Amino acid sequence: MSAQVLRVEKLDVAYDHPRGAVHAVDQVSFSLRPGERFGLAGESGSGKSTMALAILRMIKPPGRIQGGEVWLEDTLLSRLSDEAIRRLRLAGIAMVPQGSMNSLNPVVRIRQQIADALADHGEKLSRGQTVARVRELLAQVGLPPQVAEMYPHELSGGMKQRACIAIAICLRPKVIIADEPTSALDVVVQRQVMETLGRVQAQLGAAVILVGHDMGLMAQFVDRLGIMYAGRLVEVSPIREIITNPRHPYTRMLIESLPSLEHKGGLRGIPGLAPLLRELPSGCAFHPRCPMAMQRCLVEKPEVRAMGPDATAACHLA
Amino acid sequence: MFRYLRRNTSLVVGIVLLGILVIFMVVGALMVDTSNAQPLSVPALQAPSWDYPFGTDRQGRDLLAVMVAGTPLTLRIGFIAGILGVGIGAVLAFTAAYYGGIVDTVIRSIADIGLTIPGLLVLIIIAVSLKGSLTVDQMAIVVASLAWLSPTRTIRSQVLTLRGRGYVEIARLNGMSGPEIIFGELMPNLLPYLAATLVSSVSAAILASVGLEVLGLGPVEAPDLGMTLYWVFFNAAIINGWWWWWTAPLVVIVLVFLGLFFLTVGLDEIANPRLRRAV
Amino acid sequence: MHAIYIVRRFLVFLVIVWLAATLNFFLPKLSGQDPVRTKLLEEASLGGYVHAGIEDMVKVYQKRFGLDKPLWRQYLTYIDDVAHGDLNYSIANYPRTVVGMIGEALPWTVGLLGLTTLFSFAAGTVLGALLAWPGAPRWMRWLMPPLWALHAIPFFLLGLVLMWLFAFQFQWLPIFGGYSAGANPALTWTFVFDILRHAVLPALSIVLVSVGGWALAMRGMMVTTMGEDYVTFAEAKGLRSSTIFTRYCMRNAILPQTTGLALALGTILSGAVLVEAIFGYPGIGALLFQAIEENDFFLIQGIVFTVIVALGFATFLLDICYPWLDPRISYHRT
Repeated sequence: MSAQVLRVEKLDVAYDHPRGAVHAVDQVSFSLRPGERFGLAGESGSGKSTMALAILRMIKPPGRIQGGEVWLEDTLLSRLSDEAIRRLRLAGIAMVPQGSMNSLNPVVRIRQQIADALADHGEKLSRGQTVARVRELLAQVGLPPQVAEMYPHELSGGMKQRACIAIAICLRPKVIIADEPTSALDVVVQRQVMETLGRVQAQLGAAVILVGHDMGLMAQFVDRLGIMYAGRLVEVSPIREIITNPRHPYTRMLIESLPSLEHKGGLRGIPGLAPLLRELPSGCAFHPRCPMAMQRCLVEKPEVRAMGPDATAACHLA
Repeated sequence: MFRYLRRNTSLVVGIVLLGILVIFMVVGALMVDTSNAQPLSVPALQAPSWDYPFGTDRQGRDLLAVMVAGTPLTLRIGFIAGILGVGIGAVLAFTAAYYGGIVDTVIRSIADIGLTIPGLLVLIIIAVSLKGSLTVDQMAIVVASLAWLSPTRTIRSQVLTLRGRGYVEIARLNGMSGPEIIFGELMPNLLPYLAATLVSSVSAAILASVGLEVLGLGPVEAPDLGMTLYWVFFNAAIINGWWWWWTAPLVVIVLVFLGLFFLTVGLDEIANPRLRRAV
Repeated sequence: MHAIYIVRRFLVFLVIVWLAATLNFFLPKLSGQDPVRTKLLEEASLGGYVHAGIEDMVKVYQKRFGLDKPLWRQYLTYIDDVAHGDLNYSIANYPRTVVGMIGEALPWTVGLLGLTTLFSFAAGTVLGALLAWPGAPRWMRWLMPPLWALHAIPFFLLGLVLMWLFAFQFQWLPIFGGYSAGANPALTWTFVFDILRHAVLPALSIVLVSVGGWALAMRGMMVTTMGEDYVTFAEAKGLRSSTIFTRYCMRNAILPQTTGLALALGTILSGAVLVEAIFGYPGIGALLFQAIEENDFFLIQGIVFTVIVALGFATFLLDICYPWLDPRISYHRT
């Protein structure tokens, strides 16, 4: 029995393009301990969401998983048959979708959407048992039982997200991937949804990957944070360490861009734009925006190096 | 361009079919004596032969001459009605989408309710009321009287979709006037869509006119395709085994409809790249 | 349930009925000539020999419409008659009433058209859905081009070819009518079989043409639906592809498809009129054809009115069913 519940090794997702393949996820490795809360942060287009889909083997053409391994405990996901990976979705690794999306079928009742998930994973429940199970799941995420008979348009954004969480936990998964679960929700609701997610995760003992770009949220929620830039995981560190002592200049700038009560004044963004994956700069992809770029950064791609027991970084300066 | 055409097979098929038709009409007009499209010009009920490649009908018309003279007439009805329909439809649609509110509600309701009414039947009432005095062009106007309903509806919804997109909003914020937005921003994006709507309207208009004519409500004197079919049914040509009589108009009409249909599908593919997937 | 929604839809239906009656009344007046009077004069000039009842007819006609009265009075009288279900007498078949003649023909059309439309809609929808689905069998892709080509041609042209092929050349099926002449119209197997045999060719003309259209439309809706977030999430939920296909894709794509059905009813009916006319199928279409040939204006008017009302009612029924398909509707549309 390995100490890690999920292990991602050199995962590589490419999108075919007339002018050569584009790597949306480029040689990413990381691992999760049971019950750990792992954050994945980065700008839009940095490959965070693609990675979430790649872990579940849900990349659609023209994209494809070009290499690397994903292990859920002792199972190598790429070896599984299509049917086996389908059964593993939700039961082994569950996903909580983006809050801004219409992730619930608008014309099917919530009860049915949960029941579908149970039924397609071989749970033979009578109608009464299903109702009881649904009620219990809704209660777990703090929704009243009447929600079961409602349609998504009758729910608020926060309630919809809780319903999605209820679906995600219905088979007690070992890993929950939450892909910007609170985007498009207002701050109060955001907080409630995150509390709910944290509570059910603790009850199940599941590990969580929280994908997002809200560093404030990350700081409050996760144990360890990974930073993605242009498809690469440029830094991973325990959350305290990364905030007090970021190793990668990009991480530092992300953290400095956070507004805080101490130093008021203008907000600071990161100058420049995220690069197009099609026209990635040479060497370190971040060098055009990096204030500390050296000659070496222009030509040599920095390797991911271990920086202590729980940390890695990919920067020539670290 | 060629690469695109290779992918958009529907467009190519449509253009080829209509091209065949145009060549037939042009070459025919040069080679064939269209006065033989009138009754009693040739021996009646001849099966296809070297002299009469398409055969002749019971009233003594050379069916080749009838096709050469009649196809442009049918297309003429279709184009007049189709252009009128899309023209009126586009004006109403832009008015509705631009002014919104009550204007929009009224126009939309009229189009929606009008569409639930089977057009052919209203046309029948009109044609019956006018019976005996119809020419080909009047026929076109009769058909056009309902041909604007469907374009109004579809163009309006398309304009609304476009209007919701960012660049129109930005144009508005930049102080562009209504007509400027319509002609500067919306029109260029709508052109392929309007073209598709026009082609399908022409097709619908031809369908309506042929329908009226088959029921005996067309221009009795004109040798167009629908009237030819009317005489086919009138003389029970099928039971009598005069197969050539209906084969010629059938093939031409099928060519017309297939050509227009594939052209519409092809243009739709240009207008909605989202559907640009394997057929 | 959603009372306001239903009431609104019903009002639309009433507007359609009123519109049909009004069009029926005014359109003939626009031409400046009075087709009824023309017809009556024509009949009268042939002498009392054609119809014994023509004198009565003329009297009834003049009294009822009071041709000296102002137009609005005539209009109100007409609307009042229509509201009472009185569509006048048939001119060519006096003293038969228009309502009576339509009543005889209507069941044939409803039967033929109802069944063929439902069948083509269902078959085309399933076919189109499968066609958009990556896991669909290959042979289906070969099935589609011919179906689309068929979709482009009018019902009655295909009818003509089928008629020639199966009724004239092979003589497998009857060429004309709704049942054999001299057949005993009773509820026996022989008679039912006879009716079915007569219905095959008209039905086939409608079905073969319609299926491709529905398939084409549904394929488009499916492609759009398959890109929706809830389909991605359904996949992340580890649902079987069959569940995703039916409950998450088709279930949603069917909504615009149903709206399409409501909008297409008029066109379908227009086409079916011609099919009935050429096959002499004893429904509304053939009756209309006969009325046009006999210049029976009241009958034409009556048929047009009845058909518009019937279709309006069918649309109303579809509208009523729609919220059941799409629970959002009563919130968004009313």
